Amino acid sequence: MKTAAPKMTTTRLKAGMTGWLFISIAVIMIAAFYFYPMIQALILSFKTGTGSNLTFNGIDNYKRLFTDSMFITAVKNTFIYLIFQVPLMVILALFISVLLNDKNLKFKGFFRTAIFLPCITSLVAYSVVFKYLFSADGLVNSLLLNLHVIGTPIQWITDPFWAKVTIIIAITWRWTGYNMIFYLSGLQNIDSSIYEAARIDGASPIRQFFSITVPLLKPIILFTSITSTIGTLQLFDEIMNITKGGPGNATSSISQYIYNLSFKYSSDFGYAATVSYSIVIMIIILSIIQFKVAGEKK
Amino acid sequence: MMKTKRLFTYAFLIIVSFVSIFPFLWMLSSSTNLSVDVTKGKLLPGSHLMDNMHSLLEKVDIVTALSNSAKVSISTTLLAMLIASLAGYGFEIYRSRAKDVVFNILLMSMMIPFAAIMIPLYRMFGSISNVMPWIGIDTLSSVVIPTVTTAFLIFFFRQSTKMFPKDLLEAGRMDGLSELGLFFRVYMPTMKTTYAAAAIITFMSSWNNYLWPLIVLQTPENQTIPLLISNLGSSYAPDYGVIMIAIVLSTLPTALVFFLMQKHFVAGMVGSVK
Repeated sequence: MKTAAPKMTTTRLKAGMTGWLFISIAVIMIAAFYFYPMIQALILSFKTGTGSNLTFNGIDNYKRLFTDSMFITAVKNTFIYLIFQVPLMVILALFISVLLNDKNLKFKGFFRTAIFLPCITSLVAYSVVFKYLFSADGLVNSLLLNLHVIGTPIQWITDPFWAKVTIIIAITWRWTGYNMIFYLSGLQNIDSSIYEAARIDGASPIRQFFSITVPLLKPIILFTSITSTIGTLQLFDEIMNITKGGPGNATSSISQYIYNLSFKYSSDFGYAATVSYSIVIMIIILSIIQFKVAGEKK
Repeated sequence: MMKTKRLFTYAFLIIVSFVSIFPFLWMLSSSTNLSVDVTKGKLLPGSHLMDNMHSLLEKVDIVTALSNSAKVSISTTLLAMLIASLAGYGFEIYRSRAKDVVFNILLMSMMIPFAAIMIPLYRMFGSISNVMPWIGIDTLSSVVIPTVTTAFLIFFFRQSTKMFPKDLLEAGRMDGLSELGLFFRVYMPTMKTTYAAAAIITFMSSWNNYLWPLIVLQTPENQTIPLLISNLGSSYAPDYGVIMIAIVLSTLPTALVFFLMQKHFVAGMVGSVK
C-alpha cells in the first residue's frame, strides 16, 4: 500500500500534465492572437499620433468620440441596420421555418436548400452581385419599371435613404436561411403531441405559434438575435463593397470607419483603437443583457 | 379554408426560394453574356462564356488568387482541426477545475470583435516582419496564423467529445497505446463526422475571409480571391460578364463543399447552440 500511493500520484500528475499539453497550443494561440491584441488595443486607445509615432494623451481620444460627427453617424447607421434588419430577419426566418416544419409539406428539401443557399456565398461576392442588381440601371429597377411599380428608377446606391434599404435587403438575403436552420432544428425538438393537444383544444395556428412555438424557441431566438446583433455591429464587407460608406457617410459602419482611420486616412492607430473599443463596450452591454434575459427563465 | 392555406404556404415558399436563388441564376447567366447585354437586362444565358473567361485571364491573375485562397484555406483547416480537436479532447478527457477556468477564459475570446484587435494584430505582424519576414506582413502565413485557432471550434470539439465512448480509451490503454497514440489512433477515427462538420465551417469562413487579408496582404501576387473580386467590383467601368465569371469561380469551391456535405454543414452550424 505504501508504495502504491506515491505511484498513484505520479500517474495522476502525469495525466494532468498530458491534459495541459493537449490544450497548450490552443491556449497559447488564443492568448497571443486575441487577448494580447485586446490589451494592446486598450493601451493604444490612450495614445495619439500617426503611424508608429505614438504618445500618450490620456482620455482625449475618448472625449473626441462624442464630438466626432463621422463616428456618431457610423454608430447611428449601425443602429438603424440593427433596429430594422434583426427583427425583420428573425420574424421572416421563424415564419419560414414554421411553414417548413409541416409534416405534409412536399418539396421540403428543395425549399430548405434553396433558402439556405445564400449562406455559402462570400460576403464580398454577394455584395458585388447586389451592387449591380441594385444599380440605377440595374435589374431590380428595370424589373420594377416594367411592372409599373415605380415610374422613375430608384437611386438604390446613391440616395442616402435607399442605400440603407439596399444594405438591409442584402444582409437579410444573406442571413435569413442561416437563422432558419437554427429554428428548424429547435422545432424538431418540440414534441408534436403538444400541438395535437392544442389543436384538440381548438387553438388556431396563429394561437399555436404564439403560445407554443415562440415560447419554446425563446432561447434559440435569443441566441440568433444576439449573434446577428454582434454580426451587425461588425458590419464591414457589405458596406465596403456595395456603397463604400456613401453617399456621404450615409451607410458607413463602425468597422469601416476603423478601417478608414487606420489604413485610408493618416493611420491614426490610437484613435482607431478607441473607436474599436466602442464596439467592445457595446458587445459587453449586449452580453450582460443576454445573461439577464437567459437568467430569467431559471 | 385548408386549401387556401396550403396554396398560400406553397406560394410563399416558392417566392422566398426564388428570391434566394435568383442572384445565383443571374450571376451564372450573366457570366455567359457580354457586358452590354447584361446592362440591357438580358436574363437568358448567352454564348460568351469563353470570351469572358479569356478577358478575365487577361485582365487579372485569377489563377494565382484561387491558388492562394486554396493554400490559405486548406492549411487553415488542417491546422485548425488538429489544434482545436487536441484542445477539445484535452479539456474534456483530462478534466480538472483549473482547466475549466482556462476553458471559460478562452470562451470569452468569442466575444472579442475582430475590429477591436485588427490594428494591434497588424502592428504585431509588422514587427514580426523585421525578424521573420516569411510570416510577417504580406505573406500567406500571416493570413493563416491569427485565424487558425478559435474558441468556437474548441467548444465544438469539447461538446462532441462528451458523446465519445470513453471505454475505448481504457481499451486502448490496455493495449499499450500512449496518451497521444490514443488521440490519433482511437479518438480521431471515431470522430470523423465531427471533424467533417468542423472542417467545412472552417474552410468556408477561411475561403471567404476578407477584412484581415485586405489589411495584411499588399502585393497582387499574394491576394486571395475575395480581394480580387472586391477590386474587380470597385472598377469604374465594370465588365459585368467578366466580373460574374470571376464570382462564379470564387463560389464554386464552397458550393461544391456545401452540396457534397450538406448534412455535416448543418451539423456544424447547429453544434454552436447545443
